[in-house]
This record gives sequence, structure tokens and C-alpha cells, in this order.
Amino acid sequence: MALPQAKDDALTARLSALALPESAGWLGAARSEARARLLAMGLPVRRDEYWRYTDPSSLVAPAAPVAVRFNPGDEPEAFDAIDRLKIVFVDGVFDADASDDLTLSGVEIERLDRAGQADIHWAQGTYGVLEARGQTPVARPFAALNSAYATDGILIRVTGRAARPVALVYVHSSETSDAILHHCVKLEAGSNLTLLESGPAAARFNKVLEVEVGDGAEFHHIRVQGRDHERRAATHLFARVGAGASFRSFTLTANGRLTRNEAVIELAGPAARAHLAGAAVGDGDFHHDDTVFVTHSAPNCESRQVFKKVLMNGATGVFQGKILVRPGAQKTDGYQISQSLLLDEDSQFLAKPELEIYADDVKCSHGSTSGAIDETALFYLQSRGLPRTVAQGLLVLAFLAEAIEEVADEAIADDIRSRLEGWLARHAAKAGK
Amino acid sequence: MLEIKNLHVKLEEEDKVILRGVDLSIGAGEVHAIMGPNGSGKSTLSYVLAGRDGYTVTDGSASLEGAELLEMEPEERAAAGLFLAFQYPVEIPGVGNMTFLRTAVNAQRKARGEAELTAGDFLKVVREKARALKIDAEMLKRPVNVGFSGGEKKRNEILQMAMLEPRMCILDETDSGLDVDAMKLVADGVNALRGAGRSFLVITHYQRLLDHIKPDVVHIMAAGRIIRSGGPELALEVEMNGYADILGEVG
Repeated sequence: MALPQAKDDALTARLSALALPESAGWLGAARSEARARLLAMGLPVRRDEYWRYTDPSSLVAPAAPVAVRFNPGDEPEAFDAIDRLKIVFVDGVFDADASDDLTLSGVEIERLDRAGQADIHWAQGTYGVLEARGQTPVARPFAALNSAYATDGILIRVTGRAARPVALVYVHSSETSDAILHHCVKLEAGSNLTLLESGPAAARFNKVLEVEVGDGAEFHHIRVQGRDHERRAATHLFARVGAGASFRSFTLTANGRLTRNEAVIELAGPAARAHLAGAAVGDGDFHHDDTVFVTHSAPNCESRQVFKKVLMNGATGVFQGKILVRPGAQKTDGYQISQSLLLDEDSQFLAKPELEIYADDVKCSHGSTSGAIDETALFYLQSRGLPRTVAQGLLVLAFLAEAIEEVADEAIADDIRSRLEGWLARHAAKAGK
Repeated sequence: MLEIKNLHVKLEEEDKVILRGVDLSIGAGEVHAIMGPNGSGKSTLSYVLAGRDGYTVTDGSASLEGAELLEMEPEERAAAGLFLAFQYPVEIPGVGNMTFLRTAVNAQRKARGEAELTAGDFLKVVREKARALKIDAEMLKRPVNVGFSGGEKKRNEILQMAMLEPRMCILDETDSGLDVDAMKLVADGVNALRGAGRSFLVITHYQRLLDHIKPDVVHIMAAGRIIRSGGPELALEVEMNGYADILGEVG
């Protein structure tokens, strides 16, 4: 079927600025297939239902809009105090000098282009595969574009208990960088990995992370998207969670002109568990979109979605979250909450929660709220001597607490909290009336 | 300590006048009680003194130890030594009671140019004061007032008062919703804080709280004004005859 002209034009313009990386063997085949998927679906336009609340034009544009780098001052790097294996990308290119040695007990780590040269590789069953599965029922063109055109990435296979977290650090250096990274993680049965991601990455960042969680394995993912005000990002997280396995992902987003974080999670084996959480704080020219699709394909699975946003000075928050319960996925326990705290009348929150259920013995709940700060609570705290800004900070952290609780590791959770406290303190002067 | 002169207040949004010229002078170490029927303006007086939004002062003044109160932010009034025990203490999910207390104590110390309490010192003090009010460790850990019974909330107010050591305490219907035992416990907490030049303004409907917290002066408030002042016997008179006689007398 022919694409609408607008989509076709956008696609042609975008692809003209890209070169398909040369890959032979399995990776080359995966790239071609992804490109065919992309050509069939085209790039999104504002009229697409799935992009109703987020304007994709700056993501579709042939060149990345200029994004001035942000100087974080003396703020420590994310996860600074956590003992971790660092893998550094500068504007989307692996930086061997800045990275640690890629050897870790219980884990195999390899760069994408190197793995692509192998005749056969475990990643054949993952790269572009989870992405392709995630294209139905809703098309995710930026993810297909990523699988075809990714210029770098890391493949991680976990065979045991990872000795320490693996940290992907994204450095933004050029004001016009346009980075496309694709990572795959495969956790073999019973294995365990914590994956950290941090940094603004590039002026414009397109990232796909595919995660296969084997039976009984545990995957923890904690991401901090960096404080660049002007960066733009479209990220996709595809995961397939096996029997009795556990998947947890938490994202902190502070600033960024445009962020679209899509998560497509399938609970594929019985008694699998997936927890997705996000805390976003935005001031001014900030548009943050969490788009989540959780599919229960097996019985006795549990899923949780907890997304909280604090918005001020005209910032916009979007949440599109769906729980699909397939026939036979009995005893499903699904929970979804999306909430925003609007610190002024200029900010807005747009939410579209959805449930689609084809099994008769399930428990699913969802809720979405949008509200102002509780003035009564604020006065109560002030009357005890807390300056308004401090009182507001306490209430904001309290509002975000349910999302941060999804970070299991206390040291990492403390890192997240102190980052938020810093952000709130810096933005307090603007927020306080 | 507290000097209120000719205070006129209206609701900001409704243009409704609530206080119509309140005059009140409370000396250091004195305990005053304000009684009055519903809608007489007692709670409004306490909110206006503490600095709650939503009221417009159209005339008059209020000062605390010589400092003009009405110009200050609520937190500045607290640091200056004013404390309001709320009639309805506010529940704040997600904020631990202990974190709240420590942040409050240290915010006030900082505002006054004093050193902040260390976590260890703070804990020692709070445990001791909580014990006296029969507030257990569990209550300290829970979010502020969330899931507290009426009595627990009021005891928590008194604990905050004990920790913050204000100069001027306003108790807004602290007896409402309390049974006799709980009222006794709260009153003991208040009485333990009397002395050292600390003053109290006790707002109540009923005389019974004043059996436990003995006032020096009792005021009767009606229609936004203090219409009569006297000794503790005035509270007994209200208890015996209700407000009707006094109101009739003045009216």
C-alpha cells in the first residue's frame, strides 16, 4: 500500500541524510529487513494518532536541530558513587579511552560492529527481532529506522550474576550531533544484571534497547537522561520477559526540549514481572512523552506502570499507556498510574491510559490525575518554619516517591533523589511565587 | 508579646468581612483564651496571625515582640516565634514525620542564625519529647499525620510545638475531636511548655479544656470582635448560661 505523500516525503528527506552502515552477514540482513519495515510504514506526522500529543517534526527532520550543550557545573556525574563498569559514547560513538575494559565476570560485552562481522552470533535472535515484534499493533518507525541505521551500540550477554552494574554513559559534545545507538541485552536463564544509562547523548538521540530476559533472570534498568535543556530524544525499550523472570526499569528525566520514551514490554512466560517507572521534571521549554505498551501473554504475570511528572512554566507532559491482556493470560495483575503535578497554570499534562483485556480472570487498575500543589499542605509546612521553596521541594519529592520506589538499589535511589533535590533547589527560585 | 490592634479582615474572594476590629494584648508568660460561637471569627484570627493566604487585612496591625507580623511570610512568623496548632492538622503523604520535624527545626534555627542540630542530637531530643506525649517510634516514622487518629494528630501538633519551642503559641480548637483522656494528655503537653515567658492563645468552644489549661484571661468573641474579657470565671459563666446572655447583653 502506498504511503501518504507527506509521510513518503518526510521519509525520503530523512533517509537522504543517512547512509546505511556497511554490514555483512547477519547484521547486514537485519539492517535490510529493518529498512524494509521502515519503508513500509514511513515516518510519523502530527496527524498520526500515536503522535497526537507530541510533534515528531524535529525528530523527523533530516538534520538534528542545534542543541547547545549544557554545563552541569559542579554537579557530580550520575551514579558517580556506584561501583560500575563504564562504557562511554561521545555523540553516539564509542570512546574506548574513556571506557573501562569490557570484561566483567558473568557478562560478555561486545561492540555492535565487531559482533556484526561474526558469521553466527547470539544477537541474531535479538537485534531488530524484539523491535520487529513491537511494531504490531502500533508502528514505531523511529525504532525501525534505528535498527537499520544504528551507527554503534553494545551487545551484552549475561550468563551469571553480573559482578557489578554496567553503565552506559552518553556524552553530548557537538551542538549538531545526531546519534543513533542500538543495544541488545540477553539475560540467560537465572542470570542477573543492573544496567545504568546516563547523559544527554547528543543534540538529537535515537536509541533502541532490546532486552531478552530469560526464565528466572532479573534485569534492573535505571536511566538518567541528563540535564541538557535543548536536546531531543526518541528512545525505545523493547523487552521480552520469560517465566518467573523480573524486569524493572526506571527513568529520571530532567529537562530536554523533547523526549519520547517508548517502552514495549511483553510478559511472555508464566509468573513474569515487569515494573516500569518514570519521574520527569520539566521547567519551561520541556516536552516529555512516556508511551508504554505492556502485553500480558502468559498467566500469573504482574505488571506495574508508575509515571510521575512535575511541570512548570509551560512544560508539557504526555502519557500514553496501555495494558493488553491476551487470551489465556489469566490471573494477570496489572497496575498503571500516571500523574502530574502542575506547578502553574501554563503547564499541561495529556494522558491516554488504555486497557484491552481478552481474559476473564484478571485484575487490572489504572488511574491518571493531574493536579496543583496542595496549598493547604504548603501552608502547614511553612507555618512550621519551612521556606516556601523548601516546603514545595518536600511536596514534590513526596509526589515522585512512588516512582522512585521502583529503584530497588538504595544507593542508586539516593543518587536519584539527590539529583532531584539539586534540580528542585536550582529551579526553586523560578517556582516560588 | 502579642499586640493586636483594631484588626479588620475580610475574605479575599468573597468580599465577606470576618474580623471587625479585634484588639488583644497578651503579655509574656500569659495564657489567654478566646471563646465564642461558631462563625465568630476565632479560627480566622488564628489563620491571619499565622499568615494563611486567602484573607485581606483591611485595617489594623498585629505584632510579635515588637515585630510587625502581617508583613511576614508564614515561615518568617514561625522563625520569629509564632506557632499555630491547627484545628485540622494536615495529612502529607510521602513526607516522613521525622524528616518534617527535623527540616522544620533546622529551618528555624537557620533563619535565626543558629547552628543546625545534628541527626544524633535531634533524635535524642525528639524521642524524649515524643515519649512524654505517648507518641511511639512508629508514629514518628509514618508520613505526616497520615492515618493518624484525631488524638494522634493533636498530640503530633503538640510535639511539633515542643520541638520548635515557640514564644507565642496559638491553639486552634485543640480539644475538638478529643476524648477526656486524650484532652488530658494534650493539656499536660501544653502545660509542660508553660513558663519561661512563653505565651498562649487558646481558642475553644468549651470550657472543659480550660479546666486543664488554666487561662489568665478569657475573651469572648462574637461577630468579629472581642465583646467581653475577664478572668477564668467568664468561661464558667459561658458554660453555665451559653453565649446567648452575653451576646444579648452586649447587643
